[in-house]
Amino acid sequence: MEKPAQVAANGLLDRRAFLRDGAALAAAMTGYSVVGTAAAAPLADEPWSKGPGAISPANEKPSRFEEKVTRTLSNPNGEPRTSHARTPHHLLNGTFTPNPLHFTIVHSGTPDIDPEQHRLVIHGLVKRPLAFSLDALGRYPLVSRMTFVECGGNSAPLFSPQPIQATAQALHGLVSCAEWTGVMLSTLLEEAGVDAKAKWLIAEGADALALSRSVPLAKALDDAMIALYQNGERLMPGNGYPMRLLLPGWEGNMNVKYLRRIKLVEQPAMSYYEARTYSPILPGGKAYRFYFLQEVKSFITHPSVGLKLKGPGLYEISGVAYSGNGRISKVIVSADGGRTWAQAALQEPVLAKAFTRFRVPWRWDGSPAVLQSRAWDEAGYSQPTRSQFVAARGETPSVFPVTAFASQHFNAVTSWGVNPGGEVSHVYA
Amino acid sequence: MPRVAFLVLLAASPALAQGPNLGQPISEAEVKAWDISILPDGAGLPPGSGTPAQGARIYAQKCVACHGEAAKGGTAAPLVGGGPLSAINTPKTIANFWGHATTVFDFIRRAMPWQQPRTLNDDEVYALTAYILAENKLIGSSETMNAKTLPQVKMPNRENFILRFPDRL
Repeated sequence: MEKPAQVAANGLLDRRAFLRDGAALAAAMTGYSVVGTAAAAPLADEPWSKGPGAISPANEKPSRFEEKVTRTLSNPNGEPRTSHARTPHHLLNGTFTPNPLHFTIVHSGTPDIDPEQHRLVIHGLVKRPLAFSLDALGRYPLVSRMTFVECGGNSAPLFSPQPIQATAQALHGLVSCAEWTGVMLSTLLEEAGVDAKAKWLIAEGADALALSRSVPLAKALDDAMIALYQNGERLMPGNGYPMRLLLPGWEGNMNVKYLRRIKLVEQPAMSYYEARTYSPILPGGKAYRFYFLQEVKSFITHPSVGLKLKGPGLYEISGVAYSGNGRISKVIVSADGGRTWAQAALQEPVLAKAFTRFRVPWRWDGSPAVLQSRAWDEAGYSQPTRSQFVAARGETPSVFPVTAFASQHFNAVTSWGVNPGGEVSHVYA
Repeated sequence: MPRVAFLVLLAASPALAQGPNLGQPISEAEVKAWDISILPDGAGLPPGSGTPAQGARIYAQKCVACHGEAAKGGTAAPLVGGGPLSAINTPKTIANFWGHATTVFDFIRRAMPWQQPRTLNDDEVYALTAYILAENKLIGSSETMNAKTLPQVKMPNRENFILRFPDRL
């Protein structure tokens, strides 16, 4: 086989090399290993092949060998504060997140809602205030769409002036992607009859906190959904069972879970989370209000911290890219800290406001490398480098704990350093 | 007027699906128990009132365990004080950040106390709001908070915000 052409420094190959040179290149591939796992055993007809296996369970769980593929919990003992469960991006692949691993943030515990008793009320500046049962909503025309949901505080560790050593799960684990099925909110608003004076709606949950957020009416009429299903099954309790507001591409906290009330109003409520939490402070002391949008972003999941390269050879660099502005149009990857770039292949279908998996083949020669990805969306926005981002949004005066939320809405480039031993660390480049 | 609103909505959303109209009519009176929304201009604020002194007594019973003596913080965030916004991660407090006093009333009423949310009556919520605002020197120590006075409280950081994407609102 002819050696595939290098298209950027430090061994990045043409994104089409796998397609063109398929089998031969694949045979030369080396895999990543999770740090600490043992080498494979030689071929044998193993005991598990020599007799009937286990009974099929009603609800299947991953293999016992995958038990470490779990979310990480910020508040495992349920102390009276917010609980975060982060998605293990470095241990997953593809474009959607399995339901048990979808990130959740719950501010006052997960309510145990009886779906028969739950109601969604639409009232305020409407002609006809209405109440909907879950059963009734299930009889409306349903729509399915893939979309990511991302916490406005995701990636906050990258506001630190020095790189915090942590996995992609710890740094970026507050974003996930799922197929959501539900009723378009515009359908229900039409039935209620929106008063021309209404400019916003206030969405409120049935959790202990009665979490409440204000949403511009324009977004509600554009692509907002009352989501009833998550990846084909009913919503997980941590994701809002039995129904949540889904605002594709907008900060997670606004996608109000356990949704029980929508009130149409003339002005935003300035609730706790919009007035305080998701209003990031800027250098100089002013603050952004109503950020809402999750801007174009990408990060490499393979390799990344916690995965180890098993010696020089061919690898596939891959990761996820997404934008609240629409489809991903381009992802470029660097192996030399951003000096030279190779265009990555995008997994089809590329869907608006959903994870797009990008991939590029890489021949690692065993020397130090710094891996980066950078994405563009169809609206023309590009993911900033970290230095561009910091010039506008600042960084903290000193390093802080990885679970702290120094600021909000970080979407700049992430850099992974690879040392000659194949170990990956978080670096700034 | 209702007919006009309906037409405007149709024009704004070409993709509207026809629903089976299964919403059950409900009156605003029936929604009342759930309707705790407060707007910054005071719309939605209930009747009732409270003073800082009344609030201090309730605070000592129901809030101090988490928020600490004199509301200076404990296992939960401090409710008093706060430095200048000199760093992007300066802790945001009622005194240094919150733009509207109505947010204080709203959050206490909907979410506090943590273990028993929505058990305080409206007078108690006004009193606790008054106590916290007075401890932060945002109102006088004998001022009464009610539906008229609360929206008029001047919050120091009120004009310090920039709309991020004004065209999307």
